[in-house]
Amino acid sequence: MKDLYLIYKNLTRKKLRLFLTCFAIFIAFLIFGAITALQGALNAGVEMSADNRLITANKINFTQPLPFAYVNKVKNIEGVKDVSYANWFGGFYQEPANQVVTMAVDPTTYFTVYDELVVPEAQLKQWQNNQRGVIVGERMAKTFNWKVGDTIPMSSNIFTNKDGTQTWQLQVDGIFTAKDEKTDTGYIVFHHKYFMETQTWGGDNVGWLMLTTTDSALNQQVSDAIDTNFANSAAETETSTEAAFNKAFIEQIGNIGLIIFGVVFMAFFTILVVVGNTMVLAIRERTNEIAVLKTLGFSSPRIFKMILIESCLLAFIGGLLGLGAAFVIVQGASEAMARFLPNLVLDQGIVLQALGYMLLLGLITGIVPAIRALRLNIVTGFQGA
Amino acid sequence: MSEDVLFDLVNVSKKFVKGKEQISIFDGLNMQINKGDFVAIMGPSGSGKTTLLNMLGGVDQPSSGEVSFDNQRIDNLSEGKLAKWRANNIGFIFQFYNLMPMLNAFRNVELPLLLTNMSSKERAQRVQNALKLVGLDDRAKHMPSEMSGGQQQRVAIARAVVSDPKLLLCDEPTGDLDRKTADEILETLQLLNKEFGKTIVMVTHDPSAAKYAKHTLHLDKGEFVLEAK
Repeated sequence: MKDLYLIYKNLTRKKLRLFLTCFAIFIAFLIFGAITALQGALNAGVEMSADNRLITANKINFTQPLPFAYVNKVKNIEGVKDVSYANWFGGFYQEPANQVVTMAVDPTTYFTVYDELVVPEAQLKQWQNNQRGVIVGERMAKTFNWKVGDTIPMSSNIFTNKDGTQTWQLQVDGIFTAKDEKTDTGYIVFHHKYFMETQTWGGDNVGWLMLTTTDSALNQQVSDAIDTNFANSAAETETSTEAAFNKAFIEQIGNIGLIIFGVVFMAFFTILVVVGNTMVLAIRERTNEIAVLKTLGFSSPRIFKMILIESCLLAFIGGLLGLGAAFVIVQGASEAMARFLPNLVLDQGIVLQALGYMLLLGLITGIVPAIRALRLNIVTGFQGA
Repeated sequence: MSEDVLFDLVNVSKKFVKGKEQISIFDGLNMQINKGDFVAIMGPSGSGKTTLLNMLGGVDQPSSGEVSFDNQRIDNLSEGKLAKWRANNIGFIFQFYNLMPMLNAFRNVELPLLLTNMSSKERAQRVQNALKLVGLDDRAKHMPSEMSGGQQQRVAIARAVVSDPKLLLCDEPTGDLDRKTADEILETLQLLNKEFGKTIVMVTHDPSAAKYAKHTLHLDKGEFVLEAK
């Protein structure tokens, strides 16, 4: 502790160099914090996926429907526990800018398959009995200030109502929450049957099936059984786990993981070179002073420790400032993009990871000059000066 | 060995390897320095003055022979033990002061005390006393860059004596100073020797500086050639 003042004075002796080095570290951790939070938000759907939940969609692509008859056929496959189904609605509220993720689902099975969602019993019953009813996710209800009993006009940019409009008048029968705060509640669901009866395209079909297996160990077997069952039919299927389905959905915009890894790797590699070089130069300039300290009686391990603490302090000052800035940016973006990226948050895991990287950065950039100082012979040190 | 002897060098040799060549600085050097003495070591460049001073200060070790300080062998101590020994027994004064440029006078003088278990209050008291001794107690907050060469050397002397060592090793302490300032510094060293009983070994090129010492040893090609009183 007695050496802290000395370490502090060494660290701050060249203000401009300190500022530039800290700024470089600041940028690296700003990028790390913001991008890792974004990755977390994109992956939240994958992480929150149930182990035993599968998605069956049309093999051609996700937008092609499946015959309604598939629902009962899938139910009878061995290993299947519950089956539900849904259709994409593509909704917006009042004006196209107010996008609302809306799905037409089976009211009797949807909340059984998605058992991490919670709806008060009375509200669920009310909704199941009300064909025009809608159950609204908690976050979506907060966004538009919807309450139970409200009638909300929900428009589609894909489908047309038989009344000639593109709007369905839906009554809010309940609000669902989630057992885990990371689970998305930013969407609404209404009756599939009502949707089929009132939209002009007609048809007796579903968009996709969601099912659970009796044991996650049976996932592959059940997937294979379903897809084999509908092989060579007019609507072949592709069944995958919910996690794989969500991952594939996200990766439509590219290999996010690889992109993020690339950006973070480049930022940290640059930082390692910049800070490492700065530390080596800074300590080389101090060769004479290190020799003086050793002459006065400062032991080599003590000087070694002082240099490592100095490099770690440098990493932590820049890193914490960068992480702080990333937190502010993520908070701002989170509010602005709440409907699209509900889980955009710089959470404790990212902070701990960043702290680990700061420590690592400090140790890696400090170790070479610290070893040089450790090994420095006093006589050579004075001659070098 | 007599109780009065502080340093005892017995049959000391020092050899360097430079490229393929082996250079011998000392070969069988014997020397004693008594407690309370003020010894000036003079000699031409390359005579081994600084090497001798480095061995006395435990910053360099002999190739063979024995170096004892206060009846304790120091030539066979480990690097860590030597560092501790230096901190407890030796005060160093260099030609170019070697103050830490980012620390003010007070913090520079405090450095050796960071190696002790003294409280900050005790350290502050000691530093003030040391600065007062060299007449710089009003410059405690000044940075080295804000002081003259003479003042910087006084701060270096305060740093050397603050932990109350038995021995002061001075390597050309006036080599970078004008005559008047050099005399002031040498008077301070003489005061430390006479009034505070510090044993002083001073390497110098300057015969005027050597006059302040009680003894002058002349070193040439690794051997003492003449002793003047």
